[in-house]
Amino acid sequence: MGGRESDLVLLDENGIRCDGRRVDETRKISIKAGVLKNANGSAYIEFGDNKILAGVFGPRDVHPKHMADTDTGILRCRYHMSPFSVGERKNPAPSRREIEIGKVIKEALRPAVMLEKFPRTAVDVFVEVLQADGGTRCAALDAASVALADAGIPMRDMVSACAAGKVADTIILDVNNEEDQAGQADMPMGYMPNLKKITLLQLDGVLTPDEFKKCVETGIEGCKLVYEIQKQALKDKFFANGGE
Amino acid sequence: MTSTSILDQLKRNKIHDLLEKGERFDGRRLDEPRPLTIETGIIPKADGSARVRLGDTEVVTGVKIQPDKPFPDMGDKGIFICTAEILPLAHPTAEPGPPGEDVIELARVVDRGIRESGMIDLSQLVLQKDKSVIGIFADNSVTDHDGNLFDACAYASTAAILSCKIPKWEMKDDVPTLVEGQKSSPPITTIPVSITMARIGDHIIVDPNADEWACMDARITITTNSNGSICALQKGGDDGFTVEQLFKCSELAISIGAKIRKQIEQARG
Repeated sequence: MGGRESDLVLLDENGIRCDGRRVDETRKISIKAGVLKNANGSAYIEFGDNKILAGVFGPRDVHPKHMADTDTGILRCRYHMSPFSVGERKNPAPSRREIEIGKVIKEALRPAVMLEKFPRTAVDVFVEVLQADGGTRCAALDAASVALADAGIPMRDMVSACAAGKVADTIILDVNNEEDQAGQADMPMGYMPNLKKITLLQLDGVLTPDEFKKCVETGIEGCKLVYEIQKQALKDKFFANGGE
Repeated sequence: MTSTSILDQLKRNKIHDLLEKGERFDGRRLDEPRPLTIETGIIPKADGSARVRLGDTEVVTGVKIQPDKPFPDMGDKGIFICTAEILPLAHPTAEPGPPGEDVIELARVVDRGIRESGMIDLSQLVLQKDKSVIGIFADNSVTDHDGNLFDACAYASTAAILSCKIPKWEMKDDVPTLVEGQKSSPPITTIPVSITMARIGDHIIVDPNADEWACMDARITITTNSNGSICALQKGGDDGFTVEQLFKCSELAISIGAKIRKQIEQARG
């Protein structure tokens, strides 16, 4: 697709994007761990104008019981958008899009979580998008990953996520809502920074093989930036002096 | 997938052992898809149709074309919607009922591949801007399930769209009215081809069948267009890919996709 027509200047002559960022810059990201009392682990992320809560319960008994696996624990994930999170009210019933995103987030987290230590149990991850502004699945995955760590669930690595994409024939980091609507490609990525494994990858839009490689490399750099913020959020929660 | 069988441990071990020798259970090379047959025009009441067999996976796809309201923010484009269903007769574990997350993902991945490639020039399907457009609905029915429904449904949808004829409507008193006897070919710009690959251990295999699907670590579906550019992508499964594995997959998707595209092109009516 050539992107949708619009008067918006996505990239000006100085290489500055519609929200004032450079091509290799993410939006402002802040993460706070342990924000909910009842959940075993939780996190709140603000990723640009995205505002997302993640809560983790478990390992706990599996209901319905037939879903339990005698060899390993299971991971379940619900991704949900609040009706007030977008411009026009969203029907609160889960849409097909939300069900798919819940599935890809679950599969992105799955390799990081050592579920084999907890057979017959379930770890439930609930993600609530309070405000959406493009790139919610990455921000949700970032928060969910911190919430799992906050719950003290054994993990092999963090999962850090950030999108890369293409606007005005240029590869950019962290696609915002306008760029997603009017741009040429959006590629959300989830990455385990220490194990160097890509665990979430989707793409909407057209990329040549060379652009694709550049996009993957750009996305990984973004994930590494996010990783530092995730670590700091956990240090702030568990060490009074922020881990210094 | 919901409907892959529980694979017994013996078979699982055999698949792993063979892969170490660079072989597969059914004798294919690692980068060899199963035999593909495509028949079009099998449902004359549909505006386009195809039956695809990919090994022992079979999909019947019908395309229906009818006037519809455009999406609110896309008044200058026709609509394209792709659905998928695994019929209860396709596998002992497939059950009727509302679609599970696997089937929803299947339909959305097939839809995304065709939509993002820009295969259909939707701007040519407008009857009256913001009021009435032509809708193309591609409904995939899986009739036999032996793994890799992503590619089977994608090929069947693509072939059914290529073979379809679009009836003509004219606006009369703000109502689309069918003009009998005038049909045209769809506005096709490119032919998307998806290639689904599984990673089992360190091995990447193309077009996994149900047994391979049941023991894969992770999978990826990459759709390319006629220029050899990548236009859609979906990673799935409970593990990940290294960057090197990912780039290998993208190269396989381009080279093998080009061969399959030639076969699908013959469906053009």
